[in-house]
Amino acid sequence: MKHRLIFTGKKLIRMALLLLGVSLAAFLLMSASPLDPLQTNVGQAALGTMSQEQIAKLEEYWGVNDPPLQRYLGWLGDFVRGDMGTSLLYRQPVSQVIGQRLQNSLWLMAFAWVFSGLLGLTLGILAGASRESWGDKLIRGWCLLISSTPTFWLALVLLIVFAVWLGVLPSGLSVPIGVDAASVTLGDRLYHAILPALTLSITGVANIALHTREKMIDILESDYVLFARARGESKTSIILRHGLRNVALPAITLQFASISEIFGGSVLVEQVFSYPGLGQTAVNAGLGSDLPLLLGITVVSAAIVFGGNLIADLLYGVVDPKIRRGAARA
Amino acid sequence: MEPVLEVKDLSISFTQYQGGTRRRELPVIRNLSLTVEAGQVAAVVGSSGSGKSLLAHGILGILPYNSHMEGELRYKGQPLTPKRSEALRGREIVLVPQGVTYLDPLMKVGPQLRGGRRDAQAKARSRAVLERYGLGAETEELYPFELSGGMARRVLIATAAAQSPGLLIADEPTPGLDARAAGRILGHFREIADQGAGVLLITHDLELALTIADKVAVFYAGETVEEANASDFSAGRLRHPYTNALWNALPQNGFTPIPGAQPWPGEEGSGCPFAPRCPRRTEACVGEIPVRSVNGGRVRCLYPEGGERP
Ligand SMILES: Nc1ncnc2c1ncn2[C@@H]1O[C@H](COP(=O)(O)OP(=O)(O)OP(=O)(O)O)[C@@H](O)[C@H]1O
Ligand SMILES: [Mg+2]
Repeated sequence: MKHRLIFTGKKLIRMALLLLGVSLAAFLLMSASPLDPLQTNVGQAALGTMSQEQIAKLEEYWGVNDPPLQRYLGWLGDFVRGDMGTSLLYRQPVSQVIGQRLQNSLWLMAFAWVFSGLLGLTLGILAGASRESWGDKLIRGWCLLISSTPTFWLALVLLIVFAVWLGVLPSGLSVPIGVDAASVTLGDRLYHAILPALTLSITGVANIALHTREKMIDILESDYVLFARARGESKTSIILRHGLRNVALPAITLQFASISEIFGGSVLVEQVFSYPGLGQTAVNAGLGSDLPLLLGITVVSAAIVFGGNLIADLLYGVVDPKIRRGAARA
Repeated sequence: MEPVLEVKDLSISFTQYQGGTRRRELPVIRNLSLTVEAGQVAAVVGSSGSGKSLLAHGILGILPYNSHMEGELRYKGQPLTPKRSEALRGREIVLVPQGVTYLDPLMKVGPQLRGGRRDAQAKARSRAVLERYGLGAETEELYPFELSGGMARRVLIATAAAQSPGLLIADEPTPGLDARAAGRILGHFREIADQGAGVLLITHDLELALTIADKVAVFYAGETVEEANASDFSAGRLRHPYTNALWNALPQNGFTPIPGAQPWPGEEGSGCPFAPRCPRRTEACVGEIPVRSVNGGRVRCLYPEGGERP
């Protein structure tokens, strides 16, 4: 038990250091960006008609004249005290903006994560177990096709087919247009999340299925499966008794590693579907030089991804007898 | 009485693709013959890569899908068809594999011994068989990585002895064990044979094999070159030059190494595969070599020792 606590503690410290690094990297990239916050947010024309005083005021608001290091340290100091600052674009506390958007995205990502995980695992096991059959070829062909298709392109295809041609699903946003917030139902939200979630899932499935298939083939070629056959176990029994058991560990790793891919995919997908989630907001914050918001989003999403990895490591300790028994003895 | 296992003119080859398109048949075992009687330990001795494991897998019907097997296999007088070997393996014909990697790394010993059965009878049986090999009931709760080399070996034997097999095939059951532990493990095989089963002991270690075997088939580059009784070795009644060379390479017999190396599968010329290394070869050795009986054993050689001299 003590062993596990030390392990978890070490992981948490590492995670904090990584978050620090990530936020610094995001900050440096943003200060190196050639975008002028005034020009992008106020507009060239409007800027031309303003007085020097007004411009100076705006410059102060966007923090153009502060030295970069001072801006970063200021942000970091507040963040450590639990204050993520105020979004320059939305004029709301960053934590509030993120909270709202994350809620929208979480629906999407959680669905895609669970769905692509389960479907990918199933397809991968089936394909690996029936290697070189037409079913395997079909699954593999489909996965290769999907994983070589850019996410935004897939999103556009689905959009055209379901929203434009068939007209059965909405083409964007997370709620119906022209309906006030109070009367939006859960059904409305789900209905609007279907297309983006589907796009995200389809891309996720391919990767998980292909990797699971490789693992399954390795397992079926292992010595212990040969011995199970020598002992008269049927193919079904071998897959159920040995295949599933041994594919579980790599599946956990794959599943939690896919969180970061789903996050990345959501940025593009939300953009295509004008879905007001975290990904879309991150793009806005980046293009609009909204430093506090961008740093906030970066840190929160990095924390979720690292948190996923941490959970995977902890689950490993529960599932893998080598770690479990090793820990019990220590 | 019928022999437990008869192997006649067995050949196993692999289909290989070279450069992606050119198909090639790679013969690994050629015209192999061998019999195992009930109550007998028959050893197959051959060096690494001579096709010993494939022989075991061929008998069990678990060869890889890109392989092709020809020849005759009989178990207790009846042909061993793929269907029959599927029905028999794991119950009548059992395998003791080479090492701990043949156990599922994520499954406890107990369930592996019982092979998927959960009833009380199976439980009692796995207890009993563990005890028979000096392993306590707590072994059932261990994972393979928690077993020592010797324990793992005994667990593997226990998987086989938990059935009451007619034929036990042991593929290299002793590597990595010191002489005493290996001797104890082999003793278990002798015991199983004494209870009436046929035991096919596959090994590269002639010395160890001779401690328990009744007869020895010597394997060279996928062929049996000689079938001899165990007593022929110390009595100097060996027939094939390769068997003699193997015997003389043992430490107590002078440690004389054999010059040269065994040809790789597909690289043997025609005729006797041992000819390039053989002191007794003549031009005739590149031709067809028949198997003949000499002094109560069988040998595939034109000029066997103890037969007519060249
Ligand atoms: N799937 C395969 N495809 C092609 N060749 C193979 C395959 N499996 C085995 N072989 C070849 O068959 C030959 C015999 O292999 P086998 O495993 O039976 O050797 P062995 O006598 O058991 O050796 P060892 O003592 O090292 O276990 C080897 O030369 C190997 O290269
Ligand atoms: Mg072998």
